[in-house]
Amino acid sequence: MRDGALGREYFGGETIIQQGETGDCMYVVQSGSVEVVQKVNGGEQRLAILETGDFFGEMALFEREVRSATVRALVDARILKVDKKTLLRRIKEDPLLAVNLLETMSGRIRELNAGLARAGVESE
Amino acid sequence: MRFPSQRSVADSFSSIPLDAGADLALKDGSRVAVIGGGPAGSFFSYFLLKMAEAIDLELEVDIFEPRFFTRGGPSGCNHCGGIVSESLVQILAAEGINLPTEVVQRGIESYVVHMDVGSVAIQSPAKESRIAALYRGNGPRDGSELQWESFDGYLQGMAVERGARVRHKLVTGVDWTDGKPVLIENDGHASAYDLVTVSAGVNSNFIGMLKDSPAGVAPPKTTRTYICEFKVGREGVHEIMGNAMHVFLLSIPRLEFAALIPKGEFVTMVMLGDELDQELVHAFLDDPTVRRCFPTDEKPVVCSCSPLINMGATKRPYGDRIVMIGDSGVTRLYKDGIGASYRTAKAAAATAVYQGISADTFEEHYWPACKAISSDNAIGKVIFGVTTLFKHSKISRRAILRMTSLEQEQEKAPHMSSVLWNMFTGSAPYKEIFTSTLHPGFIGSLVWNLAHGMRPSGGNGKVA
Repeated sequence: MRDGALGREYFGGETIIQQGETGDCMYVVQSGSVEVVQKVNGGEQRLAILETGDFFGEMALFEREVRSATVRALVDARILKVDKKTLLRRIKEDPLLAVNLLETMSGRIRELNAGLARAGVESE
Repeated sequence: MRFPSQRSVADSFSSIPLDAGADLALKDGSRVAVIGGGPAGSFFSYFLLKMAEAIDLELEVDIFEPRFFTRGGPSGCNHCGGIVSESLVQILAAEGINLPTEVVQRGIESYVVHMDVGSVAIQSPAKESRIAALYRGNGPRDGSELQWESFDGYLQGMAVERGARVRHKLVTGVDWTDGKPVLIENDGHASAYDLVTVSAGVNSNFIGMLKDSPAGVAPPKTTRTYICEFKVGREGVHEIMGNAMHVFLLSIPRLEFAALIPKGEFVTMVMLGDELDQELVHAFLDDPTVRRCFPTDEKPVVCSCSPLINMGATKRPYGDRIVMIGDSGVTRLYKDGIGASYRTAKAAAATAVYQGISADTFEEHYWPACKAISSDNAIGKVIFGVTTLFKHSKISRRAILRMTSLEQEQEKAPHMSSVLWNMFTGSAPYKEIFTSTLHPGFIGSLVWNLAHGMRPSGGNGKVA
């Protein structure tokens, strides 16, 4: 890890969050890349690959459900943890901060809708 | 270099119409001047342009910054210890601002507290590096050949990417024409603006020009600090300091706080105190506890400065078409000045874009952000007052050391560790720190360790 590196280093293949676990923070990729996978019918389906600047685990900030997917490092990656308390305290002071998160979450819903639409067309 | 007298500039504010505040707002093509291109000015410009773009508002933003942050030494530096707090690192990441490794000189993952009775390392609660030690400018005099990026330069680059223009000019005067501020540059060039944002810190001559202004804008109270850079070498820094910031709780008269911060091949020393002078600096460096941790005999000082810091909120950091942010307005007591710059800059930008630019609008929408910081500082003063009392009692110092050491070694509930961590890192509001000292677990453990500290053999500390 370089002197100026922030966050924690994960080796390629190392799990960062596990589907089904409880969580109280989100994560921001500082370098490297991670994959988001979900257990489906005994196997695993890759949902997304996230790169530097992308965040994940944000659903834990707004709901008390368990992690909906597993995220693991694809290659050596540096990940910064963002505490729920720190972020929500700041959002209370400055609701505009939530707009950044909403923009990304909105993009993900759009992609999900597009994926569902494609799956619907294929099944017909 | 020529500066108009304070009186003449102050007089110029008297031409502002008293009722000019009605319906003042930024419109397409409005011109905004930002005096000072440090973190507050760059954050303000960045957020102002980002928010304006979101509502299709076209603005022209000029950042006036005479310095070039690509230059090493004082001429390219904003004179600051250079720490981005744990909470700010996280919040910036959530904003999409991730500090690159070229900017961060070292990621800090623990604090070592040194006292005459021993030392103890407090690990980051998250067990990862979330505090950034960096250079505001391009590093000390002797480091000009090194490849790194200045924090202030990085933020300025973000503002420029958003569309801000940097003018490397000195503003030497302010005049008012038709209720609009007109900035006069050192070459005599004058330009009218719709809004002037003052982010010149407290070390600039510009802030002095606003003294006794009839517009009611006044500079904050200040005190002097001392910052110097020791050239230790990369291996030396790693060996002596590790990835830890070293802070000192010493019973030296007039010394409030001192810290050593590892950065690349240098160690930055920051001191805060009452009437800080060379005598106090030498008393600190010659203290046996400091010499045990960091003997400075053969470590050359390559850069030093005694900048002022903000010690009290500006009473009215706004007027019609003018707003003061960062150190020029309100900042946090002793800690997290960059965090306060971010908070005040964003609050001022949001007010200017979404609400308006009159004094009344700033009072309604911007002042609450300043007041929250200011009110928290009042609690901070109590906390630092109590810390000073503890610092001057050997029994208390033993109790702090023992309590913290046991928490760190045995992974007990981190009562004292959490208080010290949040106090030194500036990561939590002072109110939260104060509240945590009222926890029965904290009080019980402190009383127990105070009793233990009264025993002659009690409190043999070590670096945990």
